[in-house]
Amino acid sequence: MLDYTFHWRPALNALPAMLDGALVTLQVALLSMVIGTAGGVLLALGRQSGSRVLRGGCTAWVEVARNTPALFQIYMAYFGLGSIGIQLDSYPALLLGIAFNNAGYLAETFRGGLRAIPPTQARAARSLGMSAPKAFRLVVLPQLFRAVFYPLTNQMVWAILMTSLGVVVGLNTDLTGVTQELNVKTFRTFEFFAIAAVLYYLLSKAVTLSARLLAWRLFRY
Amino acid sequence: MFETSVSWNDMLFLLQGAGTTLLITLYAVLGGTLLGVALGLARATAPWWLNAPLGAVLDVPRSVPLLIQLVLVNSFKSILGLPWSAFTVACVVLAIYTSTYCAEIVRGGILAVPATTRRAARSLGLTYRQDLIEIVFPLALRVALPSWIGLTLGVMKDTALVLWIGVVELLRSSQIIVTRVQEPLFVLSIAGAIYFAMSFPIGRLGARLERRWREND
Repeated sequence: MLDYTFHWRPALNALPAMLDGALVTLQVALLSMVIGTAGGVLLALGRQSGSRVLRGGCTAWVEVARNTPALFQIYMAYFGLGSIGIQLDSYPALLLGIAFNNAGYLAETFRGGLRAIPPTQARAARSLGMSAPKAFRLVVLPQLFRAVFYPLTNQMVWAILMTSLGVVVGLNTDLTGVTQELNVKTFRTFEFFAIAAVLYYLLSKAVTLSARLLAWRLFRY
Repeated sequence: MFETSVSWNDMLFLLQGAGTTLLITLYAVLGGTLLGVALGLARATAPWWLNAPLGAVLDVPRSVPLLIQLVLVNSFKSILGLPWSAFTVACVVLAIYTSTYCAEIVRGGILAVPATTRRAARSLGLTYRQDLIEIVFPLALRVALPSWIGLTLGVMKDTALVLWIGVVELLRSSQIIVTRVQEPLFVLSIAGAIYFAMSFPIGRLGARLERRWREND
């Protein structure tokens, strides 16, 4: 019934190249998370600002990021920006797309986190003589970090999984890209992509596990 | 003024793609929910030695990119020689993917029903089945429905990935038009607007439901 012979050896021989790809994947995910977190905090603060224009702009960003596919956002960065003269390679386009997406989702996370911190605390800090930025940095931010830590790690796993979309805009250095290159050379689709799946699984488990360890170290009283 | 070579036929083509997107979403969510409810029930009631491996297995589709899953199932179907179209593969993969999330939602909903409420139901003489259908189900639905709506919207957005295995859905049809009219920004914006129009109202509804039902808690 099964007239197909699995050839695992070429796929296993390609493992070093795929591991290099996994590093690129991790790099894109981390960078997109750094940019996305900064963007998310700014968006969450922007949505609370008094300026109507700023508030509207930030809300629009968040809603577009949350209500359209990530792949669409990457296409926009790659093809859309290309047509108005901003030519991005696939790597920066992928990074921009995922960072845009992350920022939108994390803005909601931070908004929820900010709401969980009673405003009386910031006021108390202010009346103790702290400046507003200092009160934000010393009183609000550490608690915010604690509240958003788990959603943040979730988003990191999401970011890793999203980097696989880079292959659709022609990225050939990340894990999926490398796998696809090997695939078109050998047509051993199942074997190569099965190994890629295992590597992705290990990557996301590694992130979850290290986050758990980190939380255990950071958040004990 | 603004000029474009995008014609009404192109718009119809895009809407047709949107129809395919919705159809895949429908099948995936339907299958995923049926499977997910069964799995979620199992997760909420099974003993630990069955529960732990089940949880680990359900975690796999959530930890591997959907794109990889699509390629894997697509090539595996060819290995087995199944006469499935790319559309069927897309629906199957997305349904399995949906079911793993749905199982967690259902499990969360069932576990959110206080044990005392269920014991009270049983003390009043309800059978296990009656307790499940008359007591647990309505209460769990309130907890689960907003997340389920979120999941449905998530799946709708994830259907964009099936273009990789050759299904012409909304995003792919916008690409096809772009190759002819060479106005990627405009055509992609239309596609994005269609996605937004399909997702935003339902997302709002979910958020409102969540808020209204929380008031009564």
